[in-house]
Amino acid sequence: MNRKTLFVSVAGLFVLVFVMLTLIYQNYQGSLQGRSANANQSVVERQGAPIKGPVDARVTIVEFFDPACGTCADFYPLLKKLIDQYPGKVRVMMRYAPLHSGSDQVVKMLEAAHLQGKFWPALELLFKNQPRWIVNHVSQPMRARGILNGLALDHKKLDTDMNQTSVTQAIQQDVKASQVLNVRATPEFFVNGRPMPSFGFEQLSELVKDAVADAY
Amino acid sequence: MTDNDPARAAGGGWSLVFMAWVLVTAATLGSLFFSEVMAVPVCVLCWYQRIAMYPLVVILAIGLFPYDKDVVRYAGVLAAIGWLLAIFQVLLVAGIIPEKIQPCVQGIPCSETHVSLLGFLNIPVLSFLTFTLTGILLLFAHRMKPS
Repeated sequence: MNRKTLFVSVAGLFVLVFVMLTLIYQNYQGSLQGRSANANQSVVERQGAPIKGPVDARVTIVEFFDPACGTCADFYPLLKKLIDQYPGKVRVMMRYAPLHSGSDQVVKMLEAAHLQGKFWPALELLFKNQPRWIVNHVSQPMRARGILNGLALDHKKLDTDMNQTSVTQAIQQDVKASQVLNVRATPEFFVNGRPMPSFGFEQLSELVKDAVADAY
Repeated sequence: MTDNDPARAAGGGWSLVFMAWVLVTAATLGSLFFSEVMAVPVCVLCWYQRIAMYPLVVILAIGLFPYDKDVVRYAGVLAAIGWLLAIFQVLLVAGIIPEKIQPCVQGIPCSETHVSLLGFLNIPVLSFLTFTLTGILLLFAHRMKPS
């Protein structure tokens, strides 16, 4: 009898503590998010990062992405749809978060392509051909480079630009920002500095809808 | 103190198994808190350790009511497997085992740690300590078995 009481009370205590800590943590996170939503803007965006959509749009979706991330590729059509859905009002900024091993080399290629104004075609090509250059979730930079050969750009320049300091610095800045913003998985979106409440297509669409309503 | 007294020995065994249950339950809830509430990514090695840890919560509880001294055998194997995995990951984090042979390919390197208490208590170390303590408790419970 005594032992059963002891066991049940300890088990109950565990559940109680777990629920309480969860509530406290969520409450704390919530207050943190509200406070930093706009203060973050300078960290969230980087001048010179690849942008799709009108430059003067008042709503900016910032995506931290890894070209090897399948979910990032899945989100890509939705981003294009959102830009079209609110003409002139929404733009997308891409920032590098090379979490997969090997991706650090591949994002260099993307940034080098960006210098020639070919970021988006390069990204589309890589997204479309992901199975061809990612083996067991590990990026194969050589294969990715081979796929980019299909692009119409100065390939010699691309190869030298890849290791240029401005390229590595841009990527480093993105990686640092992703750490500050606690980006632990890709894709991570910020709409005018505001993160998704939870992960999903719907949540992103809603967030953009609210931001457009706020800004216009 | 007298191991010769079967009733007392069984009582001591019960307390030890109960303490082991408290330990693994706390560890289980803690790991769920990290991954589900704090959204810390879970690497493959961590999942393998969870596979060894989570069933202990149920197995040890069943062994407590009524007290079954053989629970030590069933639980001990799981604790040993978890302990081996934990020590492997601790060595990986410490850099003693090179990263090359780590089995993580999902973009979450097992050698990367996210939570650090008091400067050295990261999750793999916590897991290692939990499995070690659980193993010791179960071993003592086993020793108390009246012959």
